[in-house]
Amino acid sequence: MKAFTYHSASSVKEATKLASGSSAYLSGGMTMLPSIKMRLASYKDIINVKDIKDLQGIKVSGKTVKIGAATNHADVASSKDVQKAIPSLSSLAGRIGDAQVRNRGTVGGSIANNDPTACYPSACLALNAVIHTSERKIEAEKFFKGMFETALRKGELITSVEFAIPEKSHYFKHPNPASRYAMVGVYVAKHKKEINVAITGAQSFVYRDKTIEKALTEKFSPEALSGISIDSRELNSDIHASAEYRANLIISSAKKAVEASR
Amino acid sequence: MASSMIGSKVERTEDKKFITGKGRYTADITLHGQTHAFFIRSPHARAKIKKVDISKAEKAPGVVAILTGQDIVNDKIGGLIAGWKIVSKDGTDMKLPAHPPLAHEQVNYVGDHIAVVIAETYEQAKNAGELVNVDYKILKAVVDTATAMNSETIYEGIDKNLCFDWELGDKAKTDEAFTKADRVVQININNNRLIPNAMEPRASIGDYNSSTNDLTLYTTSQNPHLTRLVISAFNGVHPEHKFRVVAPDVGGGFGSKIYPYAEDVVIAWAAKKIERPVKWVCERTDSFLSDCHGRDHITQAELAVQNDGKVIGLRVDTIANLGGYGSLFATVTPTYLYAPLILGLYDIPVAYCNVKAVFTNTAPVDAYRGAGRPEATYLIERIMDQAAREMEMDRVEFRKKNFIRKFPHQQCLVHNIDSGDYDAHFDKALKLADYNGFEKRRAESEAKGKLRGIGMSIYIEACGIAPSSVVMSIGAGVGLWESAEVRFNATGNISVFTGSHSHGQGHATTFAQIVADKLGVPMDNIDLVHGDTDKGPFGMGTYGSRSLAVGGSAISKACDKIVEKGKKVAAHMLESTPEEVDFKEGEFIVRNSNKKKTIGEIAFACYLPGTYGEIKSPLPEGVEPGLKETAFYDPINFSFPSGSHICEVEVDKETGDTKVVTYSCVDDFGNLVNPMIVEGQVHGGLAQGIGQALYENTHYDESGQLITASYMDYTMPRADNFPEFRIEYTCTPATSNPLGVKGCGEAGAIASPPCVMNAVIDAIGTDVSMPATAEKVWKAINNKAKSKKKAA
Repeated sequence: MKAFTYHSASSVKEATKLASGSSAYLSGGMTMLPSIKMRLASYKDIINVKDIKDLQGIKVSGKTVKIGAATNHADVASSKDVQKAIPSLSSLAGRIGDAQVRNRGTVGGSIANNDPTACYPSACLALNAVIHTSERKIEAEKFFKGMFETALRKGELITSVEFAIPEKSHYFKHPNPASRYAMVGVYVAKHKKEINVAITGAQSFVYRDKTIEKALTEKFSPEALSGISIDSRELNSDIHASAEYRANLIISSAKKAVEASR
Repeated sequence: MASSMIGSKVERTEDKKFITGKGRYTADITLHGQTHAFFIRSPHARAKIKKVDISKAEKAPGVVAILTGQDIVNDKIGGLIAGWKIVSKDGTDMKLPAHPPLAHEQVNYVGDHIAVVIAETYEQAKNAGELVNVDYKILKAVVDTATAMNSETIYEGIDKNLCFDWELGDKAKTDEAFTKADRVVQININNNRLIPNAMEPRASIGDYNSSTNDLTLYTTSQNPHLTRLVISAFNGVHPEHKFRVVAPDVGGGFGSKIYPYAEDVVIAWAAKKIERPVKWVCERTDSFLSDCHGRDHITQAELAVQNDGKVIGLRVDTIANLGGYGSLFATVTPTYLYAPLILGLYDIPVAYCNVKAVFTNTAPVDAYRGAGRPEATYLIERIMDQAAREMEMDRVEFRKKNFIRKFPHQQCLVHNIDSGDYDAHFDKALKLADYNGFEKRRAESEAKGKLRGIGMSIYIEACGIAPSSVVMSIGAGVGLWESAEVRFNATGNISVFTGSHSHGQGHATTFAQIVADKLGVPMDNIDLVHGDTDKGPFGMGTYGSRSLAVGGSAISKACDKIVEKGKKVAAHMLESTPEEVDFKEGEFIVRNSNKKKTIGEIAFACYLPGTYGEIKSPLPEGVEPGLKETAFYDPINFSFPSGSHICEVEVDKETGDTKVVTYSCVDDFGNLVNPMIVEGQVHGGLAQGIGQALYENTHYDESGQLITASYMDYTMPRADNFPEFRIEYTCTPATSNPLGVKGCGEAGAIASPPCVMNAVIDAIGTDVSMPATAEKVWKAINNKAKSKKKAA
C-alpha cells in the first residue's frame, strides 16, 4: 500500500469538493482496499463517504425502492421493506460475498466499480434503476459503459439508486467456484409493460439479453427458453468456464430464475 | 485420578489461546532494532539473469541492505538440497540442478528468488524493491508434465529434463502375469497439482548477537531441528551449536513447512551479515507462487485379472513433475512413499512400477498431506472400480475377492503389513452408508432431474516411516526416529519435551494424555514443550502421520524409564526391593502391603535427597539425584492404517455441478488416544481430498504464469461444499509401537479422492479427470450423449 491522505467527508458537498484527478471515494472498500494493498491502484487522496448521512437508508414508495449509495448489503438483505417490495433484490444482497463483505460493501460502491462479475449491476438493468448522483440522474441503461467503466464523471458521486418494483422477479447466480462472484448471473424481472433479463459475469460488462426477453414475453415460463441457443462468440472464456459452457449456463440460470420468480 | 485418559475425548488444551487470539506466531514476534525484508521474485518462468541493478534501489528511503545471488556466491552460502538420493534403474544417481537460495544465473519458475531488500519498514523494502532492475533473457518455459521429457532441456547436463527413471518390482514376472491374464484393464489418470494453502503464510525472523556469536531463526516450521541441521550443515550459514531455531505457534503446514526454504536461509544469513534482526512475512500471493506444491502425476496403469475376479498383476508407469528444482523430500515422495502403496490392501502377487521424475519451470513440488500415498490410492482404487465395471462384477465382491486376510503379510513390493481386518471396516462402512438402499436414493435423485452415483475407496497407507537403518539404506539422508524427554520438577509437575512439532495436531493434549496415564499425574500438571532447538533434544519433526506412533512412543518409553527409576527410589524409602514394588495410577506400592509412595513424593525425594524438615527421603546408593529421562524411539516398522470410505454424489445434468451429498467412513487407526482430535484430523483430510477431487486446480499457462495465484481463481473448498461426515472406527492395534497406534493425519486426504471420483464416474457413466469441475462434468455428459447418438 502506498501512502495517501485520508479524508472523511460528512456531506456530499464536502466530498465532491475534496475530489480531484488523483482521488478516489471510499465506501465499503471491498475492492478498492485490496487493490491498493496489492499495488494495483494508488491514489493521492482517499475520501471516505460512508459516514455521509444523505447516502444512507432505504425508502420504499409505491413504485420504487430507493437505496442510499452507502447502504451496505447486509442492511438491504435484512430490510423488511425490500424483502416485501422486491424479494429478489434482498436475496441478491444477501448472497454477495460473505458476512464480512456484506457488512462493509455498499450498493453505490458496487455499481461505481462495475465489476463484470458483480451482482448489483444486473439488478440495475433488470429493475430499470435510476442512479442518482451529486450532479444528475442517470438511467441504468446509460450508466454501464464497459469493463469497470461507467458514465460517472471525475468527482461525481453516486448518492442513491432507485429500483422500479416489478411484478415478479428473481436473480439466479451461478457462482465462480473459487471467488463466488457470478460466473453467470441472470436477473429476470417481469414489469407491467416489459420483461427485462440482465446478465452479469458472461461478457465484459453487464447487458440485457433481448433474445431471452423476447421468448419470455411470449410466454413467461422456463419451457419458453428450451429451444434457445446463445451465441457464445461474445462471451467470456476463462479457466473456470469456456464461452460455450457460459452460454449453457445462461439458459439454465435463466430457466431457474424464471422458475423462482415471484 | 483419571486412570484412563487414553481413549478419552479430552478438549484441546491449546484451543483457548488460538480461539482468543493469544497464539504467538512468527509474525507476532517483534525484536528490538528489527528490519524488514522483501524478496524480489522472478516474473518469468524461465530466463537467464543478465544483470541485477540495485543502484537506484540502494538509495531509496529506509534501505539497509540489498543482497543478491552474487552475495550468496561471495559468501559461499550453499544451495538448497534434496535429502533423499534416488538411483535410476540404469544404476546412475538422480540428477539435480544447483538451487542457490538467491538465483544469480538463471531463474526457473515464476516466484524464484533473486534478491532481498532489507529496510527499516516493510513498505520501504517493497518500494525499493520496485526500483531493483533485473535484466532477463527470457527463454521458452517447460510447463507440462506429460511432455516435459520431449521439451527443451532446462538444465545443461540433465537430458530430457529427467531427474531419475526409477523402478520398483519385478518387471519380468509382472510382464509374464499379463501374458497369462484373462483380461487386462487399463486406466490413464492424472493426479492434479495442489497448492497447500496453510492458513498461516510462511514467515521468518533472523536475530544475531555478534558478541556471543548466537544466531536465532524464528520460522514457520514443522521440523525446527531439521531446519537447523540443513541451514548449518549444507547452507553453511552458522555452526549448529551456536544456532537456535524456534518454530513457535504454526498455523498449519500439510507438509509444506517440513523443510527450510530459500527465504529461511537468506533471512538467517542476512541477519548475521547486517547484525540486525531481519523479519520476513510472506504475502498470500508469494505463498501461492513459492510454497512447494503437491502431487502432479500422470499415470498409466494396467491390472491383470482372471475371469474369476482374482487380480494377478499390476503394472504402472508414472511421470511425476518435480517443478523447477529438487526440493527436500521431492524425490522420495513419488518413489518410496508412492510405489510400495500401489498394491493397496489387495493380495496381488506381482507388480512393477516405473516412475520418471521430470523438471519443469513451475514451483517445486514436495510432500503434501499424504505424500505419495494419495497418488497410489487414487491409482489402485480407480483401477479396481474400472476392472469391476468392465467385468460386470459387483464392486464390493470384486474387492473382497482380493483382500489380504492373513497377517503379518509380506507384500510383493516392500511392505510387511503387521495387522488389519479389512472386512471389518468394509462391512461396517457398507452398513453406515446404507449401501443396499442406494438404488432407491438414485431413483429419488433421478426424479429431481439429478444424476446420483456411489463410490468407494478401501485404502491402506503407511505412517511413521521407519526404521532408520532401512530408510537410510534406500537413500534417506536422515534417521527417522523421534526423541522425548520427561522432566519432573521438584514440586511434582512435569515438563515433557518432544522432537515432534504441533501445528494443528493438538499434541499438547494428546501427548499429555499419554503421560497422564503412564505416570498417574493429572493433565493440568503436565506441560508439553516443543518447537525450540534450545529446549528439547534433537527431533525429527511432524509429517507423514508419524508423531503419535513415533513421538508418542518415545514419550511412552521415557515414562517407562521414570517408573523404573521411581521403583528403585520407592523401594529404598519403603525398605523393600525394586522387584517388590508395583506402580499403578501414580503410586508405588510394595506388593501385598499397604506401604506406598506417590510419584510426587518420589520426584521430591529425587530433587531433595536427604532430610528436609520432617521429610526424610534419602536416595539409594548409586542412584543419581533428579528425575528426568530421555528416550529415542526408532520403530521396527511403519504402521498401516486402513479404512473404507463410501460417498454419494449428485450431479446437475444441465450444469455439471457436482455435490458430495453423503460421506461415510470407517477407519482403523489402531488404538485412539483422543477420538475427538482424530475426528478433527479426518474432517480436515476429507476436506482436502474432496477439494482435490472436485475443486482444487493449479493452472499454469503455456508461458509458465500461475493463473491460480489467488483465492479468486484457486478454488479452496468451503464448509458448504461438504455434507455432514459420518465417521466410525474399527481397531486392530499396531504391533510396531508400544501404544498400538497407527496414524490418522492424512487418511482423509488419501482415501477421499478416489472415493469421490468413483462416485462421479458412477453417476455420469463416463471418465473425467480431477478436479471434476462443473464444466468438465458437463462436457463429459455431453460427449457421452453425442457418442451414444453416433453409435445408434
